[in-house]
Amino acid sequence: MSRSPIAILVPLAFLAGLYFAVFSSVAQFLPALLNGLTVTVSVAVPSILLAYAISLLAGLGRLSSIAPLRWVSVVYIEVFRGVSLLVVLFWLYFVLPEFGLTLSAYTAALLGVSLNAGAYGAEIVRGAVRAEPKGQYEACVTLNMPPLRKYARIILPQALVIAIPAMTNMTIELLKGTALVSAVTLVDLTAAGVRQNQLTYRTVEIFSVLALIYFCLAQIVRFSGARLEHVFNRHLGER
Amino acid sequence: MANEKIRFEGVTKRFGALTVLDKLDLSINDGEVVTIIGPSGSGKTTVLRCLMTLESIEDGLIRIDGEPLNKMESEGRLVPASNAHLRRMRLKLGMVFQSFNLFPHLTVLQNCVEPPIFALGVTRDEARSRAQELLDMVGMGDKQAHYPAQLSGGQQQRVAIARTLAMQPEILVFDEPTSALDPETIEEVTSVIRSLAVKHSYTMLMVTHQIAFAHDISDRICFFDKGRIVEQGPPAAVIDAPTEARTQQFLRKVAQAR
Amino acid sequence: MDWRWDFTFETVLPRILPGLWVTVEVTFLSFALSLVLGLFLMIARRSTIRPLSVAAGEFIEFMRGMPLVVVIFFLFFLLPEIGIFLAPFWTGVLAMGIYNAAPVAEILRGGLQAVPKGQWEAAHVLNYSTYRTWRQVILPQAVKPVVPGLGNLLILAFKETPLLSFVAVPEMLDAARRIASETYRFTEPLTVVGILFLILSLFSAVLIRLVERHLLTETRHGK
Repeated sequence: MSRSPIAILVPLAFLAGLYFAVFSSVAQFLPALLNGLTVTVSVAVPSILLAYAISLLAGLGRLSSIAPLRWVSVVYIEVFRGVSLLVVLFWLYFVLPEFGLTLSAYTAALLGVSLNAGAYGAEIVRGAVRAEPKGQYEACVTLNMPPLRKYARIILPQALVIAIPAMTNMTIELLKGTALVSAVTLVDLTAAGVRQNQLTYRTVEIFSVLALIYFCLAQIVRFSGARLEHVFNRHLGER
Repeated sequence: MANEKIRFEGVTKRFGALTVLDKLDLSINDGEVVTIIGPSGSGKTTVLRCLMTLESIEDGLIRIDGEPLNKMESEGRLVPASNAHLRRMRLKLGMVFQSFNLFPHLTVLQNCVEPPIFALGVTRDEARSRAQELLDMVGMGDKQAHYPAQLSGGQQQRVAIARTLAMQPEILVFDEPTSALDPETIEEVTSVIRSLAVKHSYTMLMVTHQIAFAHDISDRICFFDKGRIVEQGPPAAVIDAPTEARTQQFLRKVAQAR
Repeated sequence: MDWRWDFTFETVLPRILPGLWVTVEVTFLSFALSLVLGLFLMIARRSTIRPLSVAAGEFIEFMRGMPLVVVIFFLFFLLPEIGIFLAPFWTGVLAMGIYNAAPVAEILRGGLQAVPKGQWEAAHVLNYSTYRTWRQVILPQAVKPVVPGLGNLLILAFKETPLLSFVAVPEMLDAARRIASETYRFTEPLTVVGILFLILSLFSAVLIRLVERHLLTETRHGK
């Protein structure tokens, strides 16, 4: 991303202002949307952290030399990449109680969203670790690095930097995934928008504001990813 | 006669149907500098990689100080080496790669400080003062805070040499240490290696295409072709007056390429 | 847990399988629309008319951060307001078709960029016409890298179809929810839908891998 965030956010703020000026009705439904936004963010932020942790565990698990660990990771990755997030959400909330495990709507949303994204993240982590040049592993062998140190100090720090752009995209997908949590009765940004639309029929205004907010959230993620990449790549030079 | 340091006994290495090393026998004495030359694809580098345990071997035995490397003794028999055995044996070995293989996310100093801490269990202060000494020795003392990508190829290779020495090995293995370098930086690396060969007591095994350099520093030259040693002896014999036709042909080609 | 097989086979499967057919229909119809729109979008993106290429670029960027369900709801509410009355099925096809046009455009653009610049220059110095350049030099080389990307996108589209149950398109998840609301049994319908999705996604992933391998060997023989 070569564009600076200011170049994007300033026109956006301008457009938002324009909306207020032109469509006075925005004031009517905006508070409800902002309530929805807080739900979206309160699901998204912990889900992102959880999804990163899962990505790392399952990604490394899939590369592990311990066979059962590998099998568990493969099954997890394939199942959650194969089944729609929406189906997963319904299943966690409505079917899991049948197995004696009742989750709150919030917990089900958090788990569903992060398990779904984590399956994609695991494949990213795996790809990044495998992209590590062979010479780095060989240097570790000749320098007698213990396996844990080899991964913690040499392989992972490099692989995770390589993974940043793909992880950024995964995070944006996760953010979009939170728009489905109304399936488990949470009133997130999208659900709030739909509700307001049924009350006011201001379809164009409501959905424009909705789209703008999602766009801004995605830009924040994209900008953070680009920043992070820049910071960590400073010393690495061309690779 | 000096003590034998490394011994290859009938070492065979295959890649699929291709036999890269064919029952190789090679003995290197303590403190001896041996250089392997030969056409590309002749298995030169594989010798080094087998010694470093980067490749497994199909048949044969490698000994260091008389002790088996790729096998270990258990109840009077030789069994495949455990990881612990390999790690212990590798402490005697240090390798310098053609492509340096420095850790790009660590500074020059960190590259030389961290491996000894993890593998030798020395304290950070100890590792740091030794690393600084070594970096001074290879002329990189003023670049400690740099990252590898900020250095030229020759500089990176000198750091890689310092990193290898920081592990306090007894045997140094050089795999075409100047092949990835720009011509103008070759000299700075060869002069470091030369000083190691002359001033220190390391046992050295090297693969290089720099025939004149090999002539300068080696006690013995092995000419390799098709997985076998065709001819070996002091540089004055093998390089200046080769007896085998294949050696003569190879050296003529190298000379023409200049 | 109480799982009822008779319920599964006599009620759930017969009602969900027609939903599966709808799911497949929506997937392919919307994907066909995405291909057409994506092609236009890519051409606009590469256009030398700057406002057009900027607008296409912004649209792609904008769509990448937008949840599909927002697009679905937007069309679902907007179309009747502006006097267009479509069955939910066609609204769904339209929404998914527009939504996936952006990634299609990006994949197509990637395919074109994968053709080395030297190929254009070689065609130019050989005095190839524009048509011949595209037909014989560029497109044959651009198609191969594009296939796996489009294949994966197709699988993604397939997995996104349950979102259409929000606007009552009678696909699998919608069928399952209807059964659940009539019988108060969630376990069988939702689990069956999950398993069907899993089987079909794994199956199509294998299929794409086969096509990919086929294309790869073809290229090698071609050389």
